[in-house]
Amino acid sequence: MSARAGSPDFPGILRDSGLVALVALFLAFPLVGFHTIDQGGGAGMGIETRFPWVVVAVAAAFVGRFLQLALLRTHAPVAVERSLSRLGEVFQRNTVWIAAAAITFAIVLPMLPFADRRLVDLATLVLTYVMLGWGLNIVVGLAGLLDLGYVAFYAVGAYSFALFALHFDFTFWMALPIAGLFAAAFGVLLGFPVLRLRGDYLAIVTLGFGEIIRIILLNWYPVTRGPNGISDIPRPSFFGLEFTRRPAEGEVAFHEFFGLEYSGLHRIVFLYYLILALALITNLFTLRIRRLPIGRAWEALREDEIACRTLGINPTNTKLSAFAIGAMFGGFAGSFFAARQGFVSPESFTFVESALILAVVVLGGMGSQVGVVIAAIILVGLPEWFRDLQEYRMLVFGGAMVAIMVWRPRGLIAHRDPTVRLGVPQRPEPSA
Amino acid sequence: MIESGDRVPLLDVEHLTMRFGGLVAVNDLAFQASDREITAIIGPNGAGKTTVFNCLTGFYKPTVGRLTLRRDGTEFYLEQMDGFRIAREAGVARTFQNIRLFPRMSVLENLMVAQHNTLMRASGFSLAGLLGLPRYTRAEREALDLARFWLDRVNLTDRADWDAGNLPYGAQRRLEIARAMCTRPVLLCLDEPAAGLNARESYELNELLIDIRDRIGIGVLLIEHDMSVVMQISDHVIVLDYGRKISDGDPETVRNDPAVIRAYLGTEEEEELPEEVAEDLPPEMVRALRSFEDRPHEEDGH
Repeated sequence: MSARAGSPDFPGILRDSGLVALVALFLAFPLVGFHTIDQGGGAGMGIETRFPWVVVAVAAAFVGRFLQLALLRTHAPVAVERSLSRLGEVFQRNTVWIAAAAITFAIVLPMLPFADRRLVDLATLVLTYVMLGWGLNIVVGLAGLLDLGYVAFYAVGAYSFALFALHFDFTFWMALPIAGLFAAAFGVLLGFPVLRLRGDYLAIVTLGFGEIIRIILLNWYPVTRGPNGISDIPRPSFFGLEFTRRPAEGEVAFHEFFGLEYSGLHRIVFLYYLILALALITNLFTLRIRRLPIGRAWEALREDEIACRTLGINPTNTKLSAFAIGAMFGGFAGSFFAARQGFVSPESFTFVESALILAVVVLGGMGSQVGVVIAAIILVGLPEWFRDLQEYRMLVFGGAMVAIMVWRPRGLIAHRDPTVRLGVPQRPEPSA
Repeated sequence: MIESGDRVPLLDVEHLTMRFGGLVAVNDLAFQASDREITAIIGPNGAGKTTVFNCLTGFYKPTVGRLTLRRDGTEFYLEQMDGFRIAREAGVARTFQNIRLFPRMSVLENLMVAQHNTLMRASGFSLAGLLGLPRYTRAEREALDLARFWLDRVNLTDRADWDAGNLPYGAQRRLEIARAMCTRPVLLCLDEPAAGLNARESYELNELLIDIRDRIGIGVLLIEHDMSVVMQISDHVIVLDYGRKISDGDPETVRNDPAVIRAYLGTEEEEELPEEVAEDLPPEMVRALRSFEDRPHEEDGH
């Protein structure tokens, strides 16, 4: 690596850029160099070579790396880093105001003039991930248990609602607590075998658990209907008022009750407010439990399990409660997902979902509630909004991830506020 | 062995043996520790001192032995208990040779976590706490008072909201002791509390430990290499070497016990002063060393 300050070391930079170009060549040759095409006329697939593009890719990598080392290394990142951390400080100091503003904005969003169906739908999707992120934050951010299979609890919640609706005609509101309870039970089930594992080992087992749940859903045909999934899941009602144009005999529809013109948007907006409420409950719960002994014990367990034992904290119960409560919120979100889609199938609960939820938590800054919101908007909202840009949005997505991890390795908001203060004037603390 | 009147000892260790495969780290050790006393365990490196602590606090299950702790008329057999239950029910708290704080939690939070079990009961396993019932609010205030008491005692009140990891080394040591005391223990086990402290900090530590002994009235068990600490504040010293107890008594007795001197300085044969070395030393020192070597060798009394 070249020196960070002083005059750039050009031979070193050239060598480094050459190395990067070489790696780019290895990658680009098979990935860019060959392209499968449909030859048409029943001739099947053929291979086309695009070697000029390989040259372009390699040249771009070389020039890009060269510029990065020659210019950015010595000037820009320091400024960028400083302004980013200053932004972070501003956020930390005004968390209450920012949170209040964000919640107000979220509440009035569907009433704003530019809020069309697409935007509200997208906001609902983002909020689902915000809720999942907040739920996973309990396990990963507070208790420090790296869980790569969180989507399993999302699936358990979704399928509990779907199955209870299918067999026992449960409505969304009846199934919601049951879905949470089931997911929590699965959380404990996962918790038991992994109690003694930490870090990477824990991550692998939870990853396996996520896959097991998905594969069971896929193969237990008599119960889950396998890959066909379960459809016709009842939509949630507004205190018994259905969102349908023509309600069933003896029922009153939402638009009739309020004397409104029927509009498909009502349900969309209702679902939006529903997930907003669920997400805010998750947040409120987390903020509150952080200040309770159990929440402090989770954080202490993340910091040092051995010290926890010597203070009389039962690590088994503490870990299991973190798994159970995190899973419970995953289950709530899952039953919302089932109600919104009206259809569940194992395809919705792949590892990619787990990874995305975890990315939301890590990128936001482990344990930071506001960070999760920002990260969910960046990771879920923006790619969806720029769907028109096709593959290029993934390119930007990847670039943004790398940039954040280079400049903010501990997440967008890495600051942690103590859960209790003494209220005595303090000496200035050295910045860590 | 020191008999503390007719008082029943707080801690009674009998036949404690800990083997790791072929290695015998602690060999048939017996000792007692009382409340209102500071009991020091000393010995050369690798003598098995920390292993004794790990057996007492449930990190190791002893191969053989009985560890009896008496609290409020109940006997706890520590060798049968899980680590966290030893802390919670028997009331044994400990600190570590390499400090184990919760570095990214504040100083005050460290002390609140130590009161987990009291607060957990008061919070009705979080339900009363979630609802903010007065019973929990009161318990939390009491916990804060206890934390404040120890913060004042170890001089950290004006740094209570700092991250524990940002404290200087000496302060971290003090915080670890304060945290252990916040569990309201009956026996406090300190693993080299003076390691890395300067002379003033070491003096303050002595004051703190004497205060804990006299005013809180609990038993203190201490592993220490710093002899100025051991000799000044201990009521009772136990010397280990190769996992065996070689001496046991008040500091004065132990200091003059030939078995202890031999363990620390080696035996006569090994330590005979070679001529080449003696030539470089001042004559008084050579004389002193020679006279030490010439002392008759008493048989180990144990």
